[in-house]
Amino acid sequence: MADSHIAVIEDLSFAYDRRPVLHGIGLKIPRGKVVAVMGQSGCGKTTLLRIIAAALMPTRGRARVLGSDTSTLDRDGLYALRRRMGMLFQFGALFTDMSVFDNVAFQMREHTDLPEDAIRDLVLLKLEAVGLRGAAQRMPGELSGGMARRVALARAIALDPQLILYDEPFTGLDPIALGVIARLVRQLNDSLGATSIIVTHDVAETLPLVDYVYFMAEGRVIAEGTADEVRRSGVAFVEQFVSGAIDGPVPFHYPAAGYEADLGFAAAA
Amino acid sequence: MLVALRTALTRLGAAVTAGVWRLGYGARFFGYLILHSGTAFRRFRLTMREIYFGGVLSLIIILVSGLFVGMVLALQGYETLQRYGASEALGVLVALSLVRELGPVVAGLLFASRAGSAITAEIGLMKATEQLSAMEMMAVDPVARVVAPRFWGGVISMPLLAALFSAMGIFGGYLVGVVLIGVDEGAFWSQMQAAVDVRNDILNGVIKSVVFGFAVTLIAVFEGYDAPPTAEGVSGATTRTVVTSSLAILALDFVLTALMFTGGA
Repeated sequence: MADSHIAVIEDLSFAYDRRPVLHGIGLKIPRGKVVAVMGQSGCGKTTLLRIIAAALMPTRGRARVLGSDTSTLDRDGLYALRRRMGMLFQFGALFTDMSVFDNVAFQMREHTDLPEDAIRDLVLLKLEAVGLRGAAQRMPGELSGGMARRVALARAIALDPQLILYDEPFTGLDPIALGVIARLVRQLNDSLGATSIIVTHDVAETLPLVDYVYFMAEGRVIAEGTADEVRRSGVAFVEQFVSGAIDGPVPFHYPAAGYEADLGFAAAA
Repeated sequence: MLVALRTALTRLGAAVTAGVWRLGYGARFFGYLILHSGTAFRRFRLTMREIYFGGVLSLIIILVSGLFVGMVLALQGYETLQRYGASEALGVLVALSLVRELGPVVAGLLFASRAGSAITAEIGLMKATEQLSAMEMMAVDPVARVVAPRFWGGVISMPLLAALFSAMGIFGGYLVGVVLIGVDEGAFWSQMQAAVDVRNDILNGVIKSVVFGFAVTLIAVFEGYDAPPTAEGVSGATTRTVVTSSLAILALDFVLTALMFTGGA
């Protein structure tokens, strides 16, 4: 039964030094699906993604990813696990001293003994999948934000990972680039037979794309389900988040002393 | 009064603890770096690239500085030597000053400013832009792949740069002493040849430059790797590299000189 889920998080808590970030999180990521983890900035969703990627270890509970409990793995075990994953960072994190081609070829050269001819064919195949075969010889500094994100996506799928992690893949993109990335996330997941976890706060692009959504607030999962289910969940925070209302459970005003007192009127009265 | 004293003591304690902790962290980093240096030698192409960026691209500043230092040494040395009728010993003075001291020390200081700061900034920016994290996520150890080639590239480059600095300095001394002032050319070279000892002078100079290479490059890669991932953090780390490396070179030079050149050798 465990095989039907590629990642299982059980009663997981995490703190940076003494500052708690995640509290008793539990979630299951079904194999072959595109799952989003959504919430406000600072709600702990990127921390959760880093725990799934085994870049951080939980302070309590456990994260079982691709069949392994991440907290029991040594360095070699972690690296073996990460070879089966791909990750797209928020701003691409391309290696700036390498061309687009070399960025995509990087893992192939590091982890395989493939001859350069085969690497060339594979890199062109990956770049073709993201529509950037023609930019193979360009340097990252010569790319637009959207192109850089697509190259990073080609690099993330270079070794056909079973699990693809996306950290805010839509941030800072124009509508066309945003649409392209959203389509590629779905398309690559299905064509590779992979599973994708997207951490994002971009509601409009994400909900139509994903199979399942977890909503987080203040380090806790507060709602989950398909896109339609969470829309109808009745949870006030989710409704405010999805509709983009300026006031609600997340107030417009940061807590402060009385306005009149701050302006000095209360004292005068 | 008591509160101020307590605050001062607390701050002092915190600063000492932080310093010791950082020293320990640096030592562990060095150990990890040495243990994971295999890639830098197995794939020597990576290290060659760093020798090019750290060493070859530092050649201009090293050669020009060496030339001027040698010229100044010859001018100053001649002024003093001629008072005692020993101006023929100018070649010895220039060569020994450069090979024993100025070559390794000044080349080390220039290397710290030119290549050390560049190494720190590059690694720090790679960290700030998540390139090191991306490498980790691709199951590639950034210490083995990024840090070790830069470290060994610097360690290999430094003695070569110091040797070139000394050679250029001697040529500068020759230009000023022999060509410009008119010191006898035969005396300049033959006295130099007779007085400079391969083991006591040249080898000790080479040892100094190797030690400085280790110190500067280790400080540079550590500061870059440990830099807070912000613009301010990288800028601070780059400054610390230049300041700490320069002080380390001068302190190590004193210790090495005391060990090498005292005791009536």
